Amino acid sequence: MLKISGKTIITFNINGSAHEVTVRPGDTLLEVLRSRLGLTGTKVGCENGDCGACTVLVDGWPVKSCLMLAVEGVGRAITTIEGLTNTPVQNAFANFSAFQCGFCTPGFIMVCHSLLMHHPNPDDYTIESWLQSNICRCTSYQEISAAVRSLIKSDA
Amino acid sequence: MIRKDAWLKVHGKAKYNDDGYPAACLQARLLTSVFAHAGILSVDVSGAWAVPGVHAVVTGRESAVLTGPILQDMPILAAEKVRYFGEPVAIVVADEEWQAAQAVKSIRVEYQPLPVVNTIEDALASNAPLVHPGLMQYARTVPDVYPEENTNIANRVKIRKGDIAQGWKDSAVVVEAEYRIPQASHAFLETRNARAQILPGGQVVIHTANQAPHALRSMLAKYFSLSENDITVEVPFVGGAYGGKINPHPELLAYIASRAVGGREVRVAYTREESFYTSPCKTGAKVVMKLGADRTGRLQALQAEYYIDCGAYTDTAPVMAKAVAGSCSGAYYIPHIQCDSVCVYTNHVYTTSFRGFGHGVSTFAIERTMDKLADRLGMDPAQLRLLNAAREGDDSPTQVTYTKSNLGDISACIHRMKEIMQWDNGIWTKVSDSVIRAKGMACFTKTSTTPTDASSSAIVTFCSDGTVNLNCSVIECGPGMTSSLPKLLAQRLKISPDKVSVNLTVNTHAHPVHWKTAASMSTYMAGNAVLTAADDAIRQLKANAALALKCSPDDVEIDNGMAYLKENPQKYLELKDIVSGVKDSTGSALGGPVIGCGHFIMKHLSHLDRETGKGQTGPYWTAGAQAVEVEYDLTEYTYRLVRAATVLDAGSVIYPEGAASQVMGAMNMGLSCATREANVYAPGGELKNTSFRTYKVMHFAENPRYTVEFVETPNISGPMGARGLGEHGILGMPAAFANALSRAAGVQLDSLPVTNEALWYSVTQSQQEKSR
Repeated sequence: MLKISGKTIITFNINGSAHEVTVRPGDTLLEVLRSRLGLTGTKVGCENGDCGACTVLVDGWPVKSCLMLAVEGVGRAITTIEGLTNTPVQNAFANFSAFQCGFCTPGFIMVCHSLLMHHPNPDDYTIESWLQSNICRCTSYQEISAAVRSLIKSDA
Repeated sequence: MIRKDAWLKVHGKAKYNDDGYPAACLQARLLTSVFAHAGILSVDVSGAWAVPGVHAVVTGRESAVLTGPILQDMPILAAEKVRYFGEPVAIVVADEEWQAAQAVKSIRVEYQPLPVVNTIEDALASNAPLVHPGLMQYARTVPDVYPEENTNIANRVKIRKGDIAQGWKDSAVVVEAEYRIPQASHAFLETRNARAQILPGGQVVIHTANQAPHALRSMLAKYFSLSENDITVEVPFVGGAYGGKINPHPELLAYIASRAVGGREVRVAYTREESFYTSPCKTGAKVVMKLGADRTGRLQALQAEYYIDCGAYTDTAPVMAKAVAGSCSGAYYIPHIQCDSVCVYTNHVYTTSFRGFGHGVSTFAIERTMDKLADRLGMDPAQLRLLNAAREGDDSPTQVTYTKSNLGDISACIHRMKEIMQWDNGIWTKVSDSVIRAKGMACFTKTSTTPTDASSSAIVTFCSDGTVNLNCSVIECGPGMTSSLPKLLAQRLKISPDKVSVNLTVNTHAHPVHWKTAASMSTYMAGNAVLTAADDAIRQLKANAALALKCSPDDVEIDNGMAYLKENPQKYLELKDIVSGVKDSTGSALGGPVIGCGHFIMKHLSHLDRETGKGQTGPYWTAGAQAVEVEYDLTEYTYRLVRAATVLDAGSVIYPEGAASQVMGAMNMGLSCATREANVYAPGGELKNTSFRTYKVMHFAENPRYTVEFVETPNISGPMGARGLGEHGILGMPAAFANALSRAAGVQLDSLPVTNEALWYSVTQSQQEKSR
């Protein structure tokens, strides 16, 4: 793992391109994404790993960016909501109104996108255990469930 | 129709208030109280000034202003004493947030702990410590708030209807019960945050996540003796609000912080923990209720005392006490009522509006009591509800006569609910040796408790290609008003909704006044304003078209993007040719740009009479029926939510997908409150659960299957007959759930939340009592 002390310039691979940023050792990935790179689609909800609003993908897997230091992101492929455009999950969230205030939505979309990449045909248990990670305070979650289930490639 | 904010939101492009600010913006952090009740002997800020990057340290001694929407009882920073754990004591402004945080840790406060008022009983005890010894000196912004001297009572609302003595004489069966509902958190995902700056000319600019920018402007002007038109409040998308972002809090802190640094822009953003213990929360309550019916089950008398735990400061709680009193009979007609709703100070986190505005308290109490009454009468609980459902010609607790239009059809909602839940197939079923399934029902009604002159306005303008802009000041905090209002406008202008755009950010300088995005009143108030603006625009479009078609405006019809001669539709103009005025063949222009203006103000509302509670607090009710089915495991003392349903009389549904989603989301929140949410206080009054790890809300896999249906009894005063419905889905859920689970487990579950542990305790206690 990369070790730094004091302010250091590191290079990130974010949404498919390399970005140089100056970070302090204590900076979280969340903070650097938002404040240094202007990628504000990733939201601050609790900074304690409890709500999932800050979820990004690291090498394709959902990670709460408030729990990861920026320096830990070096050498990994990081995807934020800004890295997804008109994906099936995004279209489904729009079509099924799987959001209201929209604040938790980027985090949920990152989780759902990763879920379907790893499990194109997930069973109920898999869907539930993946989506337990995030909080939505506006919807009943049934709308999110409907959006995800609409994308399952049913071969049964 | 896909929501107008959908593509922005699913791509992370919807901007919320804290998504980017100028690099020169300074950062503030709060020092908050570690005691629930203590005198402040001294505050030593010298250590904070020693931290590099610090620009200002402000304490309560430098800001004497008292704030509050009803009773002005709250300092911006505590000065003499602190009244709740988490109350702001000092604010530090620095270049970087981490510097401000470090400086906060260097402030030394000497406290003198005071006896803590930690329960409603503590507050009402005869020798109770007073949370506000100076209660009677506070300025009051409304005539109908009645604090009681030398007590912790901030307001008392009385309902005296009919003759209660006669009511008891006419009652063959009387049920008495006591209920408890804890304080809880709004738990919006976006914590409260604001930025303030004071420009060299004295103008103030506030960027904030707030539901009421125009009200905020008025309050700021009042508190700091400013001219309202020198204040600009701007609100972009808001990340959940539920009533918790109406009255100013971080905005005032940001303003005094900016003032302390020569007007430079300062950002205040609460941490999640501060969102639990510094931001206001939902009121708690204790209810003592007595309900009587004759032998046939017809309700005769209701006596109730509601004690509302408003925490350390009143905010909107005195009005919520009024809302609780006014809704004491729930969805039913009761001829004789005596009730007192008392707003009580404690040393808990202060409280503010929360989805349902007190009606959750009155609904839980009456609906649990209705089930107990049904048991005593040996009646089916749905049948008892049908028998007593309020209808046309009955009157409300505040003596307003119900009409079909102002109330809707509660009986129709109950009938449909029975079908959805297959109620008559049984409401208690033993599924196996250890598992019982049971159903519970609850009805609800809610009207607004707005100021009597709450108003809204809308402006409609056109682009040169004939497309339409709607300007109004409804905040998009989730309910989809930025989709339903354009839809309403498009319907009236007879064009496609995709031709209408709406401002997604509200700016008090650019957009016309709207009371607040609150009280489920936006569809009603802003909707009516939009329709009058549309009519104003249509009148001008016809006038312009008449100039070109050489006819009277009355001869012109507007439809499908055209203005045509009624008698000969072949003679027409496209909207684009008339929205900016008209030109003849020589190029000579006539008429002018079309600007439709519309407004709405509440009518016929009144304050409640101090002794009887007679009066009208809202323009109409939205009512409905809800039900929950649970599965109870006898051996594990656990339960599972199987199904939840709502049938709501929406008047007319303007935006069906959005309406159902609103109601379902509210149902989820109601079940979350009923099953797990509560502020937990230590013996010293310190809030113990201050993160989402210790304060659990409902997650994905814990939900029942939801069903929402609408009945449509037109509301004559509503836009296209509509009623508001943003809050109502929450109201009956806790009672419907507790009715179902009480039936399943054979115990009376009268305190919320009903966690598995609380259920185990109730059942084992009841078993021990029976075996004695």
